[in-house]
Formats: sequence, structure tokens, C-alpha cells
Amino acid sequence: MIEVLSYDFMVRALIIGALVSLCAALLGVVLVLKRYSMIGDGLSHVGFGALAVAAAANLAPLAVAVPVVIISAFLLLRLSKNSKIKGDAAIAVISSTALAVGVIVASVSGLNTDLNTYLFGSILATTKADTVLCIVLAVVVIVVFFVFYNKIFAVTFDEDFSKASGVRPALYNMIIALLTALTIVIGMRIMGTLLISALIIFPALSSMKLCKSFKSVIIVSGVLSIICFVSGLILSYYLDIPTGPAVVLFNCAVFIVFYIISSIKARL
Amino acid sequence: MSYIICKKLKMGYEGKVVFENLSFAVNKGDYLCIVGENGSGKSTLMKGLLGLISPISGSIEYGEGLEKKYIGYLPQQSDIQSDFPGSVFEVVLSGTLNRRKIPFYSKEQKSIALNNMEKVGISGLKKKSFQELSGGQQQRVLLARALCATSKLIILDEPISGLDPLASQDLYDLVSELNKEGITVVMVSHDITSAVYHASHILHLSSDGFFYGSTHRYMHSSYGEKFLITDCPCDDCRHSKGGIRL
Repeated sequence: MIEVLSYDFMVRALIIGALVSLCAALLGVVLVLKRYSMIGDGLSHVGFGALAVAAAANLAPLAVAVPVVIISAFLLLRLSKNSKIKGDAAIAVISSTALAVGVIVASVSGLNTDLNTYLFGSILATTKADTVLCIVLAVVVIVVFFVFYNKIFAVTFDEDFSKASGVRPALYNMIIALLTALTIVIGMRIMGTLLISALIIFPALSSMKLCKSFKSVIIVSGVLSIICFVSGLILSYYLDIPTGPAVVLFNCAVFIVFYIISSIKARL
Repeated sequence: MSYIICKKLKMGYEGKVVFENLSFAVNKGDYLCIVGENGSGKSTLMKGLLGLISPISGSIEYGEGLEKKYIGYLPQQSDIQSDFPGSVFEVVLSGTLNRRKIPFYSKEQKSIALNNMEKVGISGLKKKSFQELSGGQQQRVLLARALCATSKLIILDEPISGLDPLASQDLYDLVSELNKEGITVVMVSHDITSAVYHASHILHLSSDGFFYGSTHRYMHSSYGEKFLITDCPCDDCRHSKGGIRL
């Protein structure tokens, strides 16, 4: 463990990864329950497209990706609301288009080494500025969940009722979408485009298998997510395997264990 | 005095008019049932009363100290996530959110929630998870939540759909009990027979107009007669020919 931490990039990866995992897990509970899980997946692909374009045009990657992904988040949220357009189909269309654009731009401009990094993540890809940004994001997410917990619960459980009670679901949906967009853009450097949505979905699903209250679901998924990330990171270091996939497999293993425990409990 | 007065209401969604020229009132102590075929605008009207969608024209006025944010609301069961991982207490407490702006629940809000849980007979379920409950129990939890939001008027959207006959009867009894205790009730329902049995007033929406009036008048109106059994073929009922039998 100490040996792992003797590298600067490992310390950065640990901090950024753990915080991103925490944010993704908290937001993930809301997204999964509202049936928005695929938005995370769609946004990561949009983020990939934006990063590829930024790299090709020699622009700062985050300065391009952050606004593009935030705008897409609001758009996808609207699409999912609109009954005329099939929300899940719309997400699939947008995400595959963005991915296609990203791959073409990357191949035309000769960025093939970076392509792999973007798709599957790399713990080497982070900078000091990312660390600061990530700490700020995590603080904001935690404060939002702490202060607006009751409203987030009400909006997640029953939007109409909360709206009738004078809570503004559109506002909270937008806050969640905004924070999700930021979490994805920051997290996809480490976890990769194709794997970041696992951080959103797995911890929420696992904790819902065993927890009975909303509060415990949120706390347990946050803790689980951090544990899975740290375990995956350490494992990937010692076995010399890619970090993102290792973290995803850890999450999957936890889900399977929780699933089995809940099935056994249901039979008792 | 009236809690709600609708005048010449015209409502619809996505540019389509569902009903127009609708006028009626909900008075203190009433038990109003809104009936009518699918697509006649029952749910649209209810969303209008709750302020979830705005009328195209006409007005909805609230009186007697009622504000639309202090209406208790029991949504249709299909709109609720029955697999939601929340505790019963968390769900009921969320009904008090219209009372205060600060982030955390006060002692007062908690005691309101506990009182209403007792009122609907679910005190024993406080720590249970919402997803573990039966349909009837879930309805009671949501009713307790609705009561937390109001001391005056509740709106129930097809509360018995999906419940078995026994659970439906329990729910009807409970709602009647609440009405006797002074809560004004507006219920959207498909079940005209039970509506007539329990309600004091009926609003019947149909594609070619509407009926609004007391239950008694409804039973003698062309709207009511169409749906209620007035001619029972059995021998025992002969004497009632032409009259109303339920």
C-alpha cells in the first residue's frame, strides 16, 4: 500500500477516483430510481466525442467537454420527459453518433494512442488541476445531498406530488443532471468512456438489494463505490491490468454477492 | 364558502382540448367523485386542480384559506414506483415538505407524520420498506402522506384500481371516515356504483358535456341513469321499477 502511494500519479488517481466514485454513486441512486441510468452512458459517449474534437483542435479538453456534456445532459433529460420521443432510443442514437464522431475525428487527426485512453481510461491521464476540480465537485455533491436530501427524496419518489407540494422538481432534476455531467467528464479520464456508467449504476443496484430505506441506500452505495474503486486500483497496480475494468469487475462481484444474499434472505 | 371554484374551465395538453366550459365548485365538507369514461379529462382536471398543468382558459380559484400547495394528493398507483427502496416513515414524512423551507424535518413535522400514520392504521409499519408492502398497505402509506400535506382537502386519483375487493372496501371506509372528520374529499373514480354510494356530489365528465350536482340529483339525471341499475330483472325488485336501486 505504501509502495503504491510513493508515486504521485497513484496518489492523484486514488483521490480523484475515490471522489468520482462517491459522486457517481450518490447521483446514481437518483438516476437509477428515476429510470435515467442510461443518461450516464449517453453522456460519457458525448464526452468522448467532445474530448476527441478538443484534442484534434488543440483546445483545452475540459473547456470543450464540460459545456458540451452539460448541454447534452439537459437535452437528454428533456427527451426522457417527452413522451412523444422514445427516451431510451434517443439516448442510444445520440451516444452512438457522438462515439462515431469522436472515433473519426481521432483517427483523421492521428490521435490513436489517446483513443484507447479515452475509451478505457488511464490513471496516468490526470493532472493536479483535475484533483482540485474533483475535490470541489465532491464537496458540492455532498453538500447538495446533505442540504437538499428531503427534497431529492421527494422528487425521486414522486415528482407530481413534490411539485404539488411546492417543491420544484425541474430545478432538482437540473442540479442532478449538471452534477452528473461534471462527474462523468472528470471521471471518464480514469475510468474511460465505456466504463464510467458502471460507477453510476452498480453501487446503486447493489445497495438496493439489501437496504430498506432511502438514506441507507445512499450511504451504502457511496461507501461501496469507494471500496470497489480502491480495491480495483490496488489490484490493477499489482496485477498490472487496466484500472477501469478492474474497478468494474469489483463492482460486479459485489453486486453478485449482494444479489445472492438478498435471494437467500427472501427465502428465509 | 368554497374551497375550489372552477369557472368556464378549458383544459388540454399538447395543443389538444380535452374539455371546455366546465364549471363546478368543491365546498367545505364535500365528498366529490369525478367519474367519466377514459379520455374525458378526469386526470387532466385533477392535475389542473393541483397546479401541475395550467388551464388553457377559464379559472380555478381557491378559497376558505386553501392554497393549492396545501392540497393532499394520492396519485394513481401506476404513477408510483412500488419497488422504491424507502422506509414507510420517509415516504409519509415527505408529505410535510410543503410546510417549511429549511432542509431538515422538525419535531413538529415528525409528529404530524406519526399522527397521520396512526389515523390510517399503519403505525406498525413505520420501519418497513415501502417495496415490501401489499398494494393496500402502500395506498394507506400514500394516503397518510397526502394527509400530512393538508388539513382541509385531499384529491385521490383512482385509489382503488389494482386493489382486491376487501382492500378497496377498507379504503372506501377509511376515506368516508376522514370525510366525516372534516376532510373534504375529491376522488377520481371508475367505479360509479361506489361513487354514488359514498359521495355527496358527482362530477361526470363525458365527451359531449358534463354533469355536476348532488349525488341525489345525479341519480335522476340522464348521466346517472345510463350507468346505474334502474331496472333489475329479478322478481324481488319488481316493485322498484322506475326507481333507483343500488
